[in-house]
Amino acid sequence: MNLVRVSRLSRVFDVSKPWLNRVIERLPKRLLTAVSDVSFDIPERTTYALVGESGSGKSTIGKMVVGLLRPSDGNVEIEGVDLATESDETTIERIRSDIQMIFQDPFASLNPRWRVGDIITEPVAARGGDTEGLAARLLEQVGLSAEDASKYPHQFSGGQRQRICVARALASEPKLIVCDEPTSALDVSVQAQVLNLMSDLKDEHGLTYLFISHDLTVVRHMADTIGVLYLGRLLEEAPPDALFTEPAHPYSAMLIDAAPRLDAFGREVVPPEGEIPDPIDPPTGCAFHPRCPIATDICKQERPPLEAFGAGRVACHHAGQVRLKGAA
Amino acid sequence: MSDLPDTGPAPETAPPSRWKTAWDSDIAYSFRQSPVAVIAAIVTLILILSAVFAPWIATTNPFDPASLNLMNGFSPPGVPNQFTGETFLLGTDDQGRDVFSTILYGMRISLFVGFMAVLFAMVLGVGLGLLAGYVGGWTETIIMRVADIQLTLPSILVALLIFGIARGVIPIEYRDQVAIWVLILAIGLSDWVQFARVVRGATLVEKNKEYVQAARLIGRSSWAIMFKHILPNVLSPVLVIATISLALAIIAEATLSFLGVGAPPTQPSLGTLIRIGQDFLFSGEWWILFFPAVTLLALALSVNLLGDWLRDALNPRLR
Repeated sequence: MNLVRVSRLSRVFDVSKPWLNRVIERLPKRLLTAVSDVSFDIPERTTYALVGESGSGKSTIGKMVVGLLRPSDGNVEIEGVDLATESDETTIERIRSDIQMIFQDPFASLNPRWRVGDIITEPVAARGGDTEGLAARLLEQVGLSAEDASKYPHQFSGGQRQRICVARALASEPKLIVCDEPTSALDVSVQAQVLNLMSDLKDEHGLTYLFISHDLTVVRHMADTIGVLYLGRLLEEAPPDALFTEPAHPYSAMLIDAAPRLDAFGREVVPPEGEIPDPIDPPTGCAFHPRCPIATDICKQERPPLEAFGAGRVACHHAGQVRLKGAA
Repeated sequence: MSDLPDTGPAPETAPPSRWKTAWDSDIAYSFRQSPVAVIAAIVTLILILSAVFAPWIATTNPFDPASLNLMNGFSPPGVPNQFTGETFLLGTDDQGRDVFSTILYGMRISLFVGFMAVLFAMVLGVGLGLLAGYVGGWTETIIMRVADIQLTLPSILVALLIFGIARGVIPIEYRDQVAIWVLILAIGLSDWVQFARVVRGATLVEKNKEYVQAARLIGRSSWAIMFKHILPNVLSPVLVIATISLALAIIAEATLSFLGVGAPPTQPSLGTLIRIGQDFLFSGEWWILFFPAVTLLALALSVNLLGDWLRDALNPRLR
């Protein structure tokens, strides 16, 4: 069963100058399309990973899924309910308590003036739930001690804080946790601990993750399905093994070639060519065509639809025609 | 380390007491390192305590007509009166009131007006600043434009205006009773803008932090987010402004009273005393003006220096 269903999701930001400047300087409105026509499903108890360069719209999708941002077009359904249009308060409350989020910066995501115990139990306390012994139980689950509940966030290291964030996310017993680059602010050694903790908790609590990251190695370790984003568009979606051995989209191949690998030490890493284009004025047709090694005329004119290919889906006119450069 | 002699029993592992934690904190250390702050704090403390305990310290109650003797009028400081032989430490005024006692009682009024005005300005400014910063849009535009407009008017003028309106509205028999409260309202209303601007700026920074998003995510109301999450994080600059505003409010009160629109002669503040004293300055009775003025100076200066130190101590960029 699909816990999350994202269909034709788009988000446009107005990045124009203030109204008065625009009138005086006769400037047009400037609209930034952060997410464009993205659809995917997340089955229950699986991990769906979104990867992409910065500016590819990963975090925007995450915020729309949890309801922090309203979509400009399309919708997100969680357990069949669209939070943006639902009007029944009890349904909204029920769905909200099923969603939690873990943020990127563990130094900004905990209120510095609150005690850790209050931070962790807030999702429950705000709904009038029973918080007796909850903080201690959750802290022990994430590998901290019950006494830490009376401390303040500044008394912890980055990794410990991210554990506190995980504990807070678990407090309301959610089904879905959206993780927005949860390890990118941590040391590599601490990253592994936090990732393992998250895997264990997933099995223990039957969680579903939407895992947002720019780090392919992290994603490969965690995900059941990987979605590759480029300029707000979903270019390829595949299980990790298929994606890492036979990427169908030239952009996926470029990313995998650029990722350092331990099993091929000494191999020359192929740096990606070009830059991500200006999202205010995206290329016509396939957004990737200016950087694509196998682009043809059709790529400049027609935007390829996301269609089933091999083990997943891919949006490319020449799907499967690219080889990994560093393939052993 | 092994060749060092045994230094005795192992250090205590009991958790440090509250007092010890406070003494060891950065702010306490910075306080101890700053002689200006220590002296300013001591002077402020002495002045505030002597104002609070004025009835026990003052030699006479200057507001009790029964305790006054007109024969004691114009006694110079420290010299026995030529008619009654009584000696007054700081002299007496034209009605024979002991200047030392009137200063203590006057300081009470000055400090009360100062504290209440700052409290009023703080509540108003912090509330409006939080609202403007968090809600944004038209709410923010209206609040901040009103603040900008008010900043273009001198605050003493705003206070005079409010005072003038209040005088017109309030019946004459209540004027003396409510004069103090009108003064508080006038000074408070001319002072809220600073709080609002600083709190708005800090709120804009805080509201985009992820802990606020986490609170929005679980469906907390805007009120809960503003007052429980953001407010505690914007309070340290507020504390600094409140301290400096206290000095300014005391001076503003003295100015208004000096101009004759502040505290009434039945409840004289330091400013009223200075106004009364200046009538006698050129006839040689300098002490009636001099001692209240010096007290006002010491009070405003020490509170101000304390505020300056607090600003530096709480500003992480200066560390």
